[in-house]
Amino acid sequence: MPSWATLLSQAFNGLALGSLLALVSSGLTIILGTLGVLNFAHGALFTVGAYAIFVAFQYTSSFFLAVAMGSVFMLVLGILLERVIVRLFYDRPHEDQILVTYGVGIVLVEVLRNVFGSHAQRVPVPSWGTGVTEMGFLMYPTYRLQLIGMVAAILLALYLILYRTSLGLVVRAGIENPGMVGILGIDVKRTFLVVFAVGCVAVGLAGMLYAPVVAVSPDMGATFMVQSFVVIVLGGLGSFPGAVVGGLIAGEIISITSAFNSAYSDVMLYGLMALVLVLRPQGLFGSEGRV
Amino acid sequence: MEFDRRRLVLGSIAGAAGSSLGLPALAQAPAKVGNFPEGVGADSVFVGLTIPLTGIFAADGQDEKLGYELAIAQINEGGDIAKAWGLKGKGVLGKQIRYRVADTEGKPNVAVQSATQFFQRDKAIMISGSVSSAEAIALAELANREKILYLVGVAGANEVTGKNCQRYSFRVQHNAFSGSKALAPVIAKSLGKNIKTAFLVPDYTYGHSVYESFARFSKEQGWTQVAKEMVPLGTSDYSSALLNIANSGADVFVNVAFGADAVASTKQAEQFGVLKRMKLAVPNLSGFQDKELGAEIMQGVYGTCEFWWSLADRNPLAKSFVESFVAKNKYHPRWAAHVGYTQAFLWALTVERAGSFNPIEVIKAYESSKANPYESTLGKIYFRAEDHQAVRPVAVLRGKAPAAMKGPEDFYDVIDLVAGEEVASPPDALGCKLGPV
Repeated sequence: MPSWATLLSQAFNGLALGSLLALVSSGLTIILGTLGVLNFAHGALFTVGAYAIFVAFQYTSSFFLAVAMGSVFMLVLGILLERVIVRLFYDRPHEDQILVTYGVGIVLVEVLRNVFGSHAQRVPVPSWGTGVTEMGFLMYPTYRLQLIGMVAAILLALYLILYRTSLGLVVRAGIENPGMVGILGIDVKRTFLVVFAVGCVAVGLAGMLYAPVVAVSPDMGATFMVQSFVVIVLGGLGSFPGAVVGGLIAGEIISITSAFNSAYSDVMLYGLMALVLVLRPQGLFGSEGRV
Repeated sequence: MEFDRRRLVLGSIAGAAGSSLGLPALAQAPAKVGNFPEGVGADSVFVGLTIPLTGIFAADGQDEKLGYELAIAQINEGGDIAKAWGLKGKGVLGKQIRYRVADTEGKPNVAVQSATQFFQRDKAIMISGSVSSAEAIALAELANREKILYLVGVAGANEVTGKNCQRYSFRVQHNAFSGSKALAPVIAKSLGKNIKTAFLVPDYTYGHSVYESFARFSKEQGWTQVAKEMVPLGTSDYSSALLNIANSGADVFVNVAFGADAVASTKQAEQFGVLKRMKLAVPNLSGFQDKELGAEIMQGVYGTCEFWWSLADRNPLAKSFVESFVAKNKYHPRWAAHVGYTQAFLWALTVERAGSFNPIEVIKAYESSKANPYESTLGKIYFRAEDHQAVRPVAVLRGKAPAAMKGPEDFYDVIDLVAGEEVASPPDALGCKLGPV
């Protein structure tokens, strides 16, 4: 049995890990919930975000400026992808959507490999985030502590956009009855474009903020994509609060299990997912029959 | 009776031809072994390279590919370097090497698919390459079934020439056993005997094998293990495992993770303050982790390496390898390139020793190399007949401080080059039983 200090440290780490997983998954779930498209390029877009900050950081010495530049890039990329490819697939079967986004993911990753090579690139921790913070019961990397705050701010912003603006109202109405929204004279397609772009920015931001922590290489997105699927299944497909809660639960499961034996943390995560699928197939926050 | 007479005539011609050469008629058409003899063209042979060019092993895979390509070009050209290795003329037995590279993505099933294509479609006479023990084991199994030579690329697990050893397969890289046996005493010498260790172990063949070997030899030094964290291959966030390691009170952090995993886990260990409190030991350094992590993190790290480019100062073949590699590829080769390069040259040499591409003859020549060792980039080395593992020196490296570096890629000091015989596993210790040819 691990000590209370260990359990407490791991519970805290679960919170940090979970908030990042929530951010990574939020882009996936926003797009799925609104457009009904399961975006298999999600992992690749995460990677693109990490490379975006890697490049931007070389031109500016400010981390936040680099994040801003990277976000603009992700926005433009999202708009391009929606206009040129994804738009054509809204009325097609889910399999087609999965195949085309999967293909987009492969293309993006291979473009990155061609331009930057397979080696891991270094994105430094910003100067204000270096070092370790002493917190009584544990020592924790300062940057990861700051990450919790940054992620919370981004998730809050996303929440406000989706639930407290007229755009969000149209989005949610569009999910329920796109025909009626159209009759009311609102351009649903344009709303879809905005949602897809916002989803890209969200996952891109996750990649940017995570870049100083992980190895930035073309294949880094794969594990994150698998984990975000687990998270949104836990939380409920297409539910934004579900992604947040699902992310936190996943983070805690991975971390707390590690206090006992890290070899079982993935097993426990997938075990919980299986349990949720059996007992509550729509996920914690999902509503039956949607998507 | 037309048919019978025809057969009689043909038979007597064959008999006459045979007796005129003083050979039995059977020797005219050598028995088919894998793609031999049909894979031996009039002026060339085909070699299939199975290398991960995408996926988490891609960086080392790319390096390995450049190593093979350099060796094949030098062998085909038959210039001074090929002569220095002991090859005669251009190519191997006068035949040029044609080759193709298949991307295995680091996955055993994809590797086996590509190798099968090389075998069936291209009539490959030899297959080589890997950056993972799981790949190497799968490929060696295939090679044994099809009776085609498979030369292991990068693969450190003991099993490759241990319990999964194959008659048709040879490995030039040292195994986990040798690396750990070479490394543990060197660290003990500088850090002492009363040491607590914490392990980070990737959960696959290679990780288990390296862990077992290093745990065994560090125990022999009197060290105690206080933490062992198993993590899945391809993990990107190691925070929960590192938290345990940080709190374990260990003196030495043994990081077994390889490739991109090694980079991510070491970077995060540094952020968790682990590297300030513990010495980092890496039983098997990944090719580019020096550059990918930077000297700031890598300084003081202890590890073994199949090859480090500064060994060029000690050996003329290593010197010509490093110089020609740098001239062609504009960076210093890492050990994956060295494995590819040496496997190609040693194969060419062995085929010339055998005087034939017949795998059975080539295997015999490999197996008798103890009596007649190869002069290589690492000095004299040979393959053991019992398990097809190369007996070769192991380099122990220590990361240089940024200020001590004499060039952008001068990341390590070679602090020891331990003789192969000293650290080789006993041939029967790892459970190898070779099948028939």
